[in-house]
Amino acid sequence: MSTLVQVHDLAKTFDVSAPWLNRVVERKPRQFVHAVDGVSFSIERGRTLALVGESGCGKSTVARLLVGLYGPTRGRVEFDGQDTATLGDGAALRAVRRRMQMIFQDPYASLNPRWKVLDIVAEPLREHGLVAGEEAQRARVAELLQSVGLAAADVEKFPHQFSGGQRQRISIARALATQPEFLVCDEPTSALDVSVQAQVLNIMKGLQRQRGLTYLFISHNLAVVRHVSDEVGVMYLGRLVELAPKAELFAQPRHPYTRMLLDAIPDIHMTGRSRTPVQGEVPNPLNPPAGCAFHPRCPHANARCSAERPVLQTIGGIRIACHAVEEGRI
Amino acid sequence: MTAPLLEVRHLRVEFPTRRGTLLALDDISFDIAPGEVLGVVGESGAGKSLTGAAIIGLLEPPGRIAGGEILLEGQRIDNLPYEQMRAIRGRKIGAIFQDPLTSLNPLYTIGRQLTETILTHLPVSAEEARLRAVRLLQDTGIPAAEQRIDQYPHQFSGGMRQRVVIALALAAQPKLIVADEPTTALDVSIQAQIIALLKRLCKEQGAAVMLVTHDMGVIAETCDRVAVMYAGRIAEIGPVHYVIHAPAHPYTAGLMGSIPAMDGDRERLLQIDGAMPRLTAIPRGCAFNPRCPKATDRCRQERPELQAAGATRAACWWPADAPVAAASAMAAGASA
Repeated sequence: MSTLVQVHDLAKTFDVSAPWLNRVVERKPRQFVHAVDGVSFSIERGRTLALVGESGCGKSTVARLLVGLYGPTRGRVEFDGQDTATLGDGAALRAVRRRMQMIFQDPYASLNPRWKVLDIVAEPLREHGLVAGEEAQRARVAELLQSVGLAAADVEKFPHQFSGGQRQRISIARALATQPEFLVCDEPTSALDVSVQAQVLNIMKGLQRQRGLTYLFISHNLAVVRHVSDEVGVMYLGRLVELAPKAELFAQPRHPYTRMLLDAIPDIHMTGRSRTPVQGEVPNPLNPPAGCAFHPRCPHANARCSAERPVLQTIGGIRIACHAVEEGRI
Repeated sequence: MTAPLLEVRHLRVEFPTRRGTLLALDDISFDIAPGEVLGVVGESGAGKSLTGAAIIGLLEPPGRIAGGEILLEGQRIDNLPYEQMRAIRGRKIGAIFQDPLTSLNPLYTIGRQLTETILTHLPVSAEEARLRAVRLLQDTGIPAAEQRIDQYPHQFSGGMRQRVVIALALAAQPKLIVADEPTTALDVSIQAQIIALLKRLCKEQGAAVMLVTHDMGVIAETCDRVAVMYAGRIAEIGPVHYVIHAPAHPYTAGLMGSIPAMDGDRERLLQIDGAMPRLTAIPRGCAFNPRCPKATDRCRQERPELQAAGATRAACWWPADAPVAAASAMAAGASA
């Protein structure tokens, strides 16, 4: 098995300073958010890596950095051995872009309401000049729609004529149009009801099996992540805190934050059993704590945790960033 | 069994539109006992939030109650004049909504909103009201309540705001809390805190809760009984353990199977094909019949009423005798 996507020390900083005049008059300093701060991982061909975390942890920013919607502040993304930053903006970049596509969270906002489904799904075909001729394009779109469980006759309809789950299938059909190898899915089912979520997840798993797709799956729902992924990365305030194969992460979470997250999910099979709610909230990303970002909420934190930032290292077969685990305290 | 705190009898809610009248809630009946936690689940558009809105008398026009009755402690509250309902809302029924930012007034301090509610409903002095407000904030786990009471909603985080909303709902010690998706807008780690808080405070005050949510995990953990809604009707109602582990209605069985579980691995989730019908096109007979693997001619013609089925009550002509049979029937339906 070969590595398809490799990410080294990826970082993205956003400038959220007040406008120039306010800075001068009110003497406010410049402010930066380190949305993603030194994230490294790789994804094997045909596998699914899921990134989980709470809002503001930088998981969606990672997704956007990977497909090139944002440029990284630091670090690099390698796709199939090529550094995407060195491709320039010509034919080489377009060739790589064709091989990676993205599915967005909100199926209402990501489809143009004034376009027919035909034009929406055919847009990547036209953009990349993959299929010439109106008839051939129409046939290809019909085929794509059928592969996600929609009817060929739906090409003439507009997005408002579909339900949320059907729209998300249109998004998937559009993403598949260029026959990509790598799909970045940013919370693809969090806007959907559970029964519809099950339909979309089943389609995504089926397509992965048929076409050997590689997924980066972003979600905050650990149950969904457990269902779809092979490997799971847990993010907290812009950093990866734990990266482990799914079975190990769920059976034996090591990082205190991962444990907390797993403990926090209400499970339908836990009827009557109470769980210990976690204390505290995610700190303000504008002003993250020194050392390990999780230390104010961590029951195992000591002086070292509040002073020194832990790095992601391999301990016991998984990647983890925690002083307590490294020192064998937990 | 004591007399129910809340009784909903054959409730119908309609929305008159230019293209005819939409029946959004159709013959809904259920009870809530004092101190009981009733969960109401369903997918978007099933009518669960509307049921809550009808009970607290806050239906958005042109929606209106077209039939049936709602009784609180034996008294009808669905036909009360606006001013009388206002006195009940807050005093006897507290409400918690999904988005904590929109349910707080951004222009007033937290303290002012809390003391206003307390003074409106309870015969106490202004100082006493402020003391109570501080105590409520402490009870909901807000650190440094004495200082924070004079802050505005925007100075609170999402989880903290929802704590304030809970404090506000409990301010006049109501008998019933209607909580509409109280944790949906929050992160998972905060969700657990809020659910635990709501559970603890309602138990301490002896308040009953109607918890509207689409999260079965929250239901499993919090409720005594649960009502499953589909297309404006109750499909199944019963003790939470039985509804989750031995559902009688095929829709409930499908809904449970479609939730990715934290234990056990399945390659495919059970799936219910299709989607919930629009209100304009609710099928004849059982509303679930076009998606149901067990549907017969009778299901397509006659509407089933809620009737005892095992440990729960289900609106189905063919309730499952054994949950296993229903699950395998769903699986067969999904793969066909």
